Amino acid sequence: MNETIAVTVNGEPRTVAPGATLLELLAALDLDPRAVVVEHNRKIVRRPDLGGVGLTPGDSIELVHFVGGG
Amino acid sequence: MTTAVATVRDTPFLIGGRTFQSRLMVGTGKYPDHETMVRAIEASGAEIVTVAVRRVNLDRSKEESILHHLDSKRFFLLANTAGCYTTEDAVRYARLAREAGFNEFVKLEVIGDQETLLPDVQGLLEAAKMLVQDGFKVLAYTNEDLVTALRLEDAGCAAVMPLASPIGSGLGLLNPFSVRTIKRRLTVPVVVDAGVGTASDACITMEQGVDGILMNTAIAAAKDPVAMAHAMRLAVEAGRAAFLAGRMAKREVAMPSSPVEGMLD
Repeated sequence: MNETIAVTVNGEPRTVAPGATLLELLAALDLDPRAVVVEHNRKIVRRPDLGGVGLTPGDSIELVHFVGGG
Repeated sequence: MTTAVATVRDTPFLIGGRTFQSRLMVGTGKYPDHETMVRAIEASGAEIVTVAVRRVNLDRSKEESILHHLDSKRFFLLANTAGCYTTEDAVRYARLAREAGFNEFVKLEVIGDQETLLPDVQGLLEAAKMLVQDGFKVLAYTNEDLVTALRLEDAGCAAVMPLASPIGSGLGLLNPFSVRTIKRRLTVPVVVDAGVGTASDACITMEQGVDGILMNTAIAAAKDPVAMAHAMRLAVEAGRAAFLAGRMAKREVAMPSSPVEGMLD
C-alpha cells in the first residue's frame, strides 16, 4: 500500500506521502531550502520551521525565488 | 598641461538610511543571457540591482535563480512587486521577498492598467502604508503626479520613484516640469524609474536634480547592452554634475562669446 495525499505546489497538483513536512517536499523536489521562500496556505514558513510543518490534503504551497526583473 | 579637474563635490546618495556611491540603479530583466547581464551591470557601476519574485520552475529544465549569477554580497538586491495589480498581491510579494533574507527594502509597484503599466495610485498608497507599518523601506514606483508623491512621502516611503515615461517604452523624460516639481517639494529621495531610452534621456533626467535613476530595458534591449550600460553610467554622472554645476540661463537672442571690441576698421 502506497497511500499519498494530494496537494498543490506552484499551482500544479502533486502527491506527497502522508505526514510529509515542507522540508521533505523540498527534498523530494531537489530544492535547496536556502534558495527558496515557502508559502504554505498563504502563510510564509520560515526556514527553521520547514521541518515542523506537516502537509495535509488540499494544502497549497508556493515556492518562490528571485528572477530577473526591473 | 594637466587634465585633472576638481569636480563639484556631491552629497552622499542616501536611501532608507543606506549610502550608495552610484546614482544609477539597474534591473536584471530581459537580457539575452546571464553573462551579458552580469557584464552590463559591471559596466553600469550600479550598486542597487532590482530583482523580481516568481515561482520556482519545478521541472527545472533551464531556469534557475538569478542569484546563481549575481553576487548578493557585492550588489544591493532590491526586490520589486512587478506584475502585482492589487494591494494584497503587492504586500504578499514584498513579504515573500523580504523572507529571502537580504534586506527590508522593496520597490513597490501596484499596476493599474495592462496597456500602459501605469500605477494604481490608490492601491499603491494603501500598500505603501501597510508595508511601512510592517517595517519595510518602501521605494514607490508612481506616476508624475505631485499630490500622489506627497502622499507617498507622508505614508513613510523611503523614496518616491516617478516615471519618466511608461515602463519599457524608451520614450525618455516626457514631463520634466512635473519631475522637477516633485523633487522640489519632497524631502525623501526622488529616483526616476522607467522610460529612459538612451543616454541623453538619462542625462536630461539627472539634470532635473533628481537623486537617481532606475532603468532596465534601455540597457537590456540595446544592441550592445554592455556598451549601453557604460554610456548610461557616464550620462548619469554627466547629468548629475551638470545639475550641481548649475546651467546658464536660457535666452531667446544670441550673445557673442568673443569680444565685440577690438575689431579692425
